[in-house]
Amino acid sequence: MATQATAEKRPGFFPQLLEALVRRQEAGILVVSVGLILYFYLRNPAFLTQGNIQTLAQFMAATAIVASGLVMVMILGEIDLSVGQAFAFAPIVMWIAYDQLLLVLPLAVVIGLLATAAVGLVNGVMRVFFGVPSFVATLGMFFLLGGLNVILVAGFPKPAPEASWLKSALGAYPYAGIMWALVILAFMHVLLNYTRWGMHTFATGGNFIGAREAGIRVDRIRIGNFMLCSMLGGFAGILEAMRINSIDPLAGGAEIMFLAISAAVIGGTPLAGGIGTVFGAFLGALALSVLRNGFTLQGVSAFTFNVILGITVLIVMVLNVYVITRLRKGRRVT
Amino acid sequence: MTAEAPDALRVENIAKRFGSVTALQDVSLHLRKGEVLGLIGDNGAGKSTLIKIITGFHRPDAGRIYLDGEEVELKSVSQAQRLGIQTVYQDLALVNDMTVYHNMFLNKEITWRPLPLLNNRKMKHLTRRYLDDIGVSIPSIETEVAMLSGGQRQAIAVARAVYSEDARILLLDEPLAAMGAKEGAMILDLVQRLKESGGVSIILIAHNYAHVLEVCDRVNVLQHGRITYDKPAAETSVEELTELMVSEYRRARTGGGG
Ligand SMILES: Nc1ncnc2c1ncn2[C@@H]1O[C@H](COP(=O)(O)OP(=O)(O)O)[C@@H](O)[C@H]1O
Ligand SMILES: [Mg+2]
Repeated sequence: MATQATAEKRPGFFPQLLEALVRRQEAGILVVSVGLILYFYLRNPAFLTQGNIQTLAQFMAATAIVASGLVMVMILGEIDLSVGQAFAFAPIVMWIAYDQLLLVLPLAVVIGLLATAAVGLVNGVMRVFFGVPSFVATLGMFFLLGGLNVILVAGFPKPAPEASWLKSALGAYPYAGIMWALVILAFMHVLLNYTRWGMHTFATGGNFIGAREAGIRVDRIRIGNFMLCSMLGGFAGILEAMRINSIDPLAGGAEIMFLAISAAVIGGTPLAGGIGTVFGAFLGALALSVLRNGFTLQGVSAFTFNVILGITVLIVMVLNVYVITRLRKGRRVT
Repeated sequence: MTAEAPDALRVENIAKRFGSVTALQDVSLHLRKGEVLGLIGDNGAGKSTLIKIITGFHRPDAGRIYLDGEEVELKSVSQAQRLGIQTVYQDLALVNDMTVYHNMFLNKEITWRPLPLLNNRKMKHLTRRYLDDIGVSIPSIETEVAMLSGGQRQAIAVARAVYSEDARILLLDEPLAAMGAKEGAMILDLVQRLKESGGVSIILIAHNYAHVLEVCDRVNVLQHGRITYDKPAAETSVEELTELMVSEYRRARTGGGG
């Protein structure tokens, strides 16, 4: 029977390429990113100077890290609107541990991350044990944390910890952010595609009842991924705080959350459950960052960027719904 | 009776309600070691609900479950699996967007121990072997199961349950429903082979009474939330079972009309 598949007439190169681009959204978004980079470089060579590449990398790193956690939650068909507040919360808790409780920095960082894990735990428990839709549960958490963040620092940004090797490694070194983003990309890609946890995440999102019937501990999978998402958001926030050398209660917020969701969607995680790619989200973050940075260099306003981002997300979703489902149907073997 | 080995499975006085719907009123049945028990009943009779209680998916409202004579409280599907209960659910429990081999090893994934990474090579290899062994052909085990026909999907679900190393009790909830005659015969052959090998006890749910009588040792009928009929397969026939199932409907009709 295996021979039957190969014996079929092979489609031509271009149809195949087209299908690959549509089927594997990572490939499509990669092409788009490279095209955008070329375009902006041709329009303005300053785009690829070292200074600008650094800016680009820094902006992209935070979005990519937040998006990689969101992918896990979105594969479950859930959403985490509070991740941008976890982004600000982790460095604030770290600051309290370091500056107020006078703990050593490594411990303070761990405490900051544990605090975001607790945020994810609450999100997950609200969803799993109280049956609150994650949109609502994490919306509540969004406001709760947003307020708490400002209260905890009494309304004003705080200075980041003083210089140390750990501070450099955690974001003060200009390329630390993008390096972490790459490490996290690799880790999350392996976690999602090459471990039981990843398979169970896909299964829980793709067929919740079936996953339960198969004996998968779906509650653990859901709560665990909410925790992972919050922690990655918090980690990105710590990197950002170290980089800008300030602990800002208004950092992150809705903006990074929506950008990261967009990056995930554009990269091929449609929030329908059961489908998603961390690698795609990373490329989505790249494309968005290039677009935004390129526009800034050209003096195009952030509003134009928003319009284009919005159109892109809509187009990608339509492609998802129509083209991919059609392709699938067309290929169904009876 | 008392001299015999304990039943592989025995359920007593099981009741289960969903809100106002009483799916199971008071069900007691037993499954001997190495036996194939046919379970029949109308749609909505509660067959699948009973199966899902034995797999730990639903918690019963009342009743007890014994495995090899020992009472067990099934708190989760994974616990029931550890006790050797494997299932083909009526809805198959397949994940459409996952490949055939990942579905075959869903929640039984093989890893490169001690590394926690998936051993895809071994899973693919075994998947091919299982499917070849049953005789069902699937174009590629690397396609997503969404691409497959109903019969092929059912074959995957059956293979997944049957080839679990630790299966002692197999629960097959309408495993032939979407299959053509040939595929159906393959699965019935498989059940026959399992029976001859003797290691496993099976409950088979099917609507085709000829199939049921072909492989089952005994037949139970589930009606109105209870087991209303229990006979060795050798002592009944397709006609008797059919009569049993439709007589009530006839009575109700003539009673109402007259
Ligand atoms: N999860 C559920 N929630 C509510 N009602 C259910 C559920 N599962 C089954 N039922 C009801 O229980 C009854 C028995 O269903 P089921 O066990 O699927 O019957 P069968 O498998 O014999 O066709 C039906 O009335 C069905 O509607
Ligand atoms: Mg049923």
